[in-house]
Amino acid sequence: MTNAITTYCNIKDWLIKIDGQTDFSSDEKEFRKFIRAAYRNYKTGYPKFFKMDNLSKLGFLTADILIKRSGIADTYAGEEIGIILSNSSSSLDTDEKHQETINDKDNYFPSPSMFVYTLPNIMAGEISIRHKIKGENAVFIFERFNPEFLYSYITELMAGNKLKCCLGGWVDYYQDHYESFLFLVEQTETVKRGKKAGEYIIFAPKNLEKLFKG
Amino acid sequence: MWIKQWKRSNFVSHFTEVMRKVYAGAGSMITSLGFTIDENIEHIKTGQTGLKITDDPSLWNKPFPASLIDSGKIKEAFSHISGASEGPFTRLEQMHLVSIQEVLEKSNIDPRDGKTLLILSTTKGNIDLLDPSYPNDFAKDRLYLWKEAAIINDYFHIPNRPLVISNACISGVVGIIVGARLIRSGRYDHIIISGGDILTEFVVSGFMSFQSLSSQPCKPFDADRDGLSLGEGVGTLILSAFHDRLEMEDKIVITGGSSSNDANHISGPSRTGEGLYIAIKNAIQETGLSPQDIDYISAHGTATDYNDEMEAKAIVRAGLQEIPLNSLKGYIGHTLGAAGTIESIVALESMRRNELYKTAGFREHGVSGDIKVINKFEKRNVNRCLKAASGFGGCNAAVVFEKAKVES
Repeated sequence: MTNAITTYCNIKDWLIKIDGQTDFSSDEKEFRKFIRAAYRNYKTGYPKFFKMDNLSKLGFLTADILIKRSGIADTYAGEEIGIILSNSSSSLDTDEKHQETINDKDNYFPSPSMFVYTLPNIMAGEISIRHKIKGENAVFIFERFNPEFLYSYITELMAGNKLKCCLGGWVDYYQDHYESFLFLVEQTETVKRGKKAGEYIIFAPKNLEKLFKG
Repeated sequence: MWIKQWKRSNFVSHFTEVMRKVYAGAGSMITSLGFTIDENIEHIKTGQTGLKITDDPSLWNKPFPASLIDSGKIKEAFSHISGASEGPFTRLEQMHLVSIQEVLEKSNIDPRDGKTLLILSTTKGNIDLLDPSYPNDFAKDRLYLWKEAAIINDYFHIPNRPLVISNACISGVVGIIVGARLIRSGRYDHIIISGGDILTEFVVSGFMSFQSLSSQPCKPFDADRDGLSLGEGVGTLILSAFHDRLEMEDKIVITGGSSSNDANHISGPSRTGEGLYIAIKNAIQETGLSPQDIDYISAHGTATDYNDEMEAKAIVRAGLQEIPLNSLKGYIGHTLGAAGTIESIVALESMRRNELYKTAGFREHGVSGDIKVINKFEKRNVNRCLKAASGFGGCNAAVVFEKAKVES
C-alpha cells in the first residue's frame, strides 16, 4: 500500500504558500502582526486563536488552512486522522516567557494560561480540538527537519490501518524565527478515486525534503 | 459491542506470526525511593512513600509535598560510572547516564552496533538551566531537547541519531509505543527508552498557578483527593527483537499500543473519557485479546479530581472495571515525562514477581464506576498488563505487556 501527499502548506519569510504557490504575503514583518493578518485573510473565525502562544498560532493556522481546503475532517472519522509533528525549539520561546514571570520574587505572576503552552504538543491539541481529530498523535524534537523519520513513522502508522490520513510536518518558533511546513498524507488508493494523477505527490522522503524547502 | 470483535481471529494470529516480536528487557529507575529497582520495589511493596513535605524556597515559598532525589546521591552514583575527564553533565543528564549504563550492563547489547536507537522522553529536559539564579557554565543550546539527547547519545557512542519525544505526561508511554513499532518495522533491533524530568521552580510554579497541587501527599482515586503531587526521576527500559540478547529469564512482549487525543480541552481531561477509551481500545485490539484477559492496569491516577474521574469512566467503558488497578503517584509523585517509563518498569516487575502493589494514598473509593483500586499488597499471577497515561493537550496513550507463551 502506498501513500500520497495530497496538499501541503509552507509558512516562512512572511509568505504563505499552498501546494508550492504563494497564496498570501504581508508587509507586516513582525510575527504577531503577520499571523493576525493571515488569520483574517483566511477567515479563520476561531477567537481562541488569540489566546494561543506563537508556536500554537503558527501550527494551528497552517493546519487549519490545509484541513479546511481538503475537507478531511468530513471525509474521515476523527480516530482515522493522526497528527505527527516535529520541531527543533520545542516550546522554548514560551518557556522563557514563563521563566520571566517567576524570576522576580517581588513581581511573581506565573499564569496557567501561559504555563500550559510550555509543552510543544499543545499545538497538536489545539488542532485536534478545532477539527475533532482523535487519532494517533505525537511530537518529536529534532535538530533539523527529518524527512526520513516522518516518512517511515507515518508510513508505519498508515500500514497498520490505524490511520487513513495523517497531518505531519514541522512547526518551529523561537524568538520571532519561525518556519512551518505541514502536509496531509492519504492512502493512494483512496486519493486516486477523487483526484487525477498529477494532483498528488508520492509520499517519499526526497519529496518531503523538496517540499520543505518550498 | 466491540468486545466480541476482539476475539483472536485467524487474521490477527497470522498477522502477529509474521511480525517481529518486541521483548521488554532490563529496566532501571532513579526516584526518591532509590537508585535500584529492588530499592524502589521494596519501598512500594511495604507502602513507604517518597513524597515528603519539602521546605525549599528555591522551589516554592511554602512547604509542599514532593518526591525529590538527593543531588549528592546523583553525583555519587555518577562518579561510579564516569571519569573526571568526561562532561560536564547536567543533573538530569547524569541521572540518564547512570540509568542507561545500568540497563546496558544488564543486557548483552552493544549500543555502538548500528542497530540500536536511543529514545529520550521528556517534557522539559534541562529546564533548570533557564533559571538565571542557577549558576552554571553550560552553553545555552543545552536547553534544546535534541542537544540533551545528543550529549547522552554521544556518551554511549551510539551511531544512530537519537529520537526525542516531548508529548507532555504521555511522553514515556509514547516512547515505548514508538520504540516497539520501530523494532517491528525492522528499522532497529534494540531500543533504549529513557524518560526523565526534574523538579524545578519552573514546573512547581506552573502547577501551583493551575491550583492543581495538593497540600498533602496525593490520594489517587480517593474520595478526598484534591490534587497531584510532583516528583522527579528517570526510568530506562531496553527493548529488543532478540530475547537472548536481553539476558532475562522471563519473556515479556509488547503486543499493543496506541495514542489518541480527546479533541476537547488543552488543559482539562475530557469529561467522558472518550480519548483514553480510544487509546485503550486500540491497544487491546492490536493484541487480539479481550479486556477480560488483562490481569492488571497500571493507571495514570494523578489524583486530580478530573483526571481520576475521567480515567475511571474510560476504564469502565473499555470493559476493564473488574481488572485490579493501581496508581504509583502516591509513592513517587507525578514524574511527568518519566512517569510512563518508570511506571511501566514497576508494572513489568509486578509481572515478573507476580505481585500487585497497593495504591498509596487511596482509602475510600472516590470515582464513578466500580473500578477495582488495589488497596493491599497481593501475590497473584500477573500475565498481562495495560499501562495507561494521559496529559495536557488532551493526549492519551496505552500499551500492553504480555508474558510470552512457552514456544515449542
